[in-house]
Amino acid sequence: MISLEKVFVLGGGVTKIGEHWNKSLRDLFVEAALKAAENSNIELRDIEAVYVGNMSSGELQGQEHLGSLMATWLGIPGVAAVKVEAACASGGAVFHQAYLAVASGVYDCVLVGGVEKMTDAVVHDVTAALIMADDAEYTAFTGASFVGLNALVYRYYMEKYSVKQEDIALFSVHDHKYAANNPYAQYPFQVSLEKVLSSPLIADPIRLFECAPIGDGAAVLILCSERFAKERGIKPEVEVAASALATDTISLVDRDDLTTLAATVKAAKKAYKKAGVEPRDIDVMEVHDAFTILGVIHLEDLGFAEKGEGWRLVKEGEIEKDSKIPTNLSGGLKARGHPVGATGVYQVYEIYQQLTGTAPNQVGKAEVGLAQSVGGVGGTVVVNILRRVR
Amino acid sequence: MMGISAPSVPRVWRERIVKYRLLGSKCADCGKISYPPRRACPRCGSTNLKEISLPKRGKVLSYTVIRAPPRGYLKYSPYIIALIELENGARILAQLTDVNPDEVKSGMIVEAVFRRYREQGEDGIIEYGIKFRPPIT
Repeated sequence: MISLEKVFVLGGGVTKIGEHWNKSLRDLFVEAALKAAENSNIELRDIEAVYVGNMSSGELQGQEHLGSLMATWLGIPGVAAVKVEAACASGGAVFHQAYLAVASGVYDCVLVGGVEKMTDAVVHDVTAALIMADDAEYTAFTGASFVGLNALVYRYYMEKYSVKQEDIALFSVHDHKYAANNPYAQYPFQVSLEKVLSSPLIADPIRLFECAPIGDGAAVLILCSERFAKERGIKPEVEVAASALATDTISLVDRDDLTTLAATVKAAKKAYKKAGVEPRDIDVMEVHDAFTILGVIHLEDLGFAEKGEGWRLVKEGEIEKDSKIPTNLSGGLKARGHPVGATGVYQVYEIYQQLTGTAPNQVGKAEVGLAQSVGGVGGTVVVNILRRVR
Repeated sequence: MMGISAPSVPRVWRERIVKYRLLGSKCADCGKISYPPRRACPRCGSTNLKEISLPKRGKVLSYTVIRAPPRGYLKYSPYIIALIELENGARILAQLTDVNPDEVKSGMIVEAVFRRYREQGEDGIIEYGIKFRPPIT
């Protein structure tokens, strides 16, 4: 086994998530990238490689080749640059690839970002783009929407473990509570459980206020090696302790268990081992709750609750700030927002904020934080763990 | 928009046998039965697979009603999507038909029926496939 270089997060920048009718895909990415470079005290020309996470630019903007496009618009054509796509896990996956690029020793300073521009399109075109996360020929062909696939999991989970929808839907209330204090959240306001449960049905039993919204946004981080930091006289505050990616069958039909994401279990196991930590060592985390049911399932699959018991952590206040496992203090996918290919990078940025004491909903003690990014119905899962440098 | 709703004759033509006749594969090593047929088993990675014809009856494992469909499916909304376990354990995703959403229950028995799925707009062809309904045969 080759030895890996240490990888540090120097800083980051994000755009507010929302309906940015006046900003294009490239505008959003450049805005976040310029903020990230400034916050990291580097020049854009220090960057050796650019990694762009995105799911649907081809489908929604008619634009591919984002590596070259963004390098051009950042004024650094000539650098290595590629787009990384893994459906809704594109953000987590692009961070994984950028981490490997520095850990391998090939690059000393890289820019990693995610961007999604969803509000150019009408809603049924976005729905068509999102179902591309699953098997086009045998899943999308049936007319299933991505919400619908998660609804199959939701109903099965409720019936298998005899859990009520009102207990699962609480995850949405939780997210909104913290988004209310997050300046870049798409929906910075609180909602009641009654409001969630009386919102329109999208795919039974999933209601509108249980779904991550459609929005535009970009998040960018600057990663560097120990060598780069030393040469610049920089003392990095945050290190990447582990980055692990795992896959599962792309469709639910091939799974033996519908209520667990095997890729989460696999990626988390690898990441915990590499970082030398256990779930109880995690001080703060961001999980990929594209739907309320997923938030509950992730708490179980990441090792914080037994199967069928994840909802209890939410109901009993165990995922609140300064409790057992503070989760989604950004507002999560539901309320911070979910500009698909950017979300995984927002999550890592949020953990970086927590570890440097700059988060909108700052926890008291944060040494180790975890970000989980999910593609499709768990076809890809990335678990990234950051640690404060001592 | 491209993707599954784009007009394409060859894409539909090459799937006709698997989709119309409900073909699958059985892994000789771990016994997993898959729809559609594979070259490698999604459970154990074996390439020792045999193509088989799948049973036409099964039960509903879970279901949903699509009320916000993707482009290409708007005029059929709302429709029911179910995850079905066939009698030999193979699982398939399909629409339910000839039944109201409020009559569907997890565990209900259903049978395969050949039906129209969608039309590829004015320029394309009509796509058919297997849906499931409460048994009448």
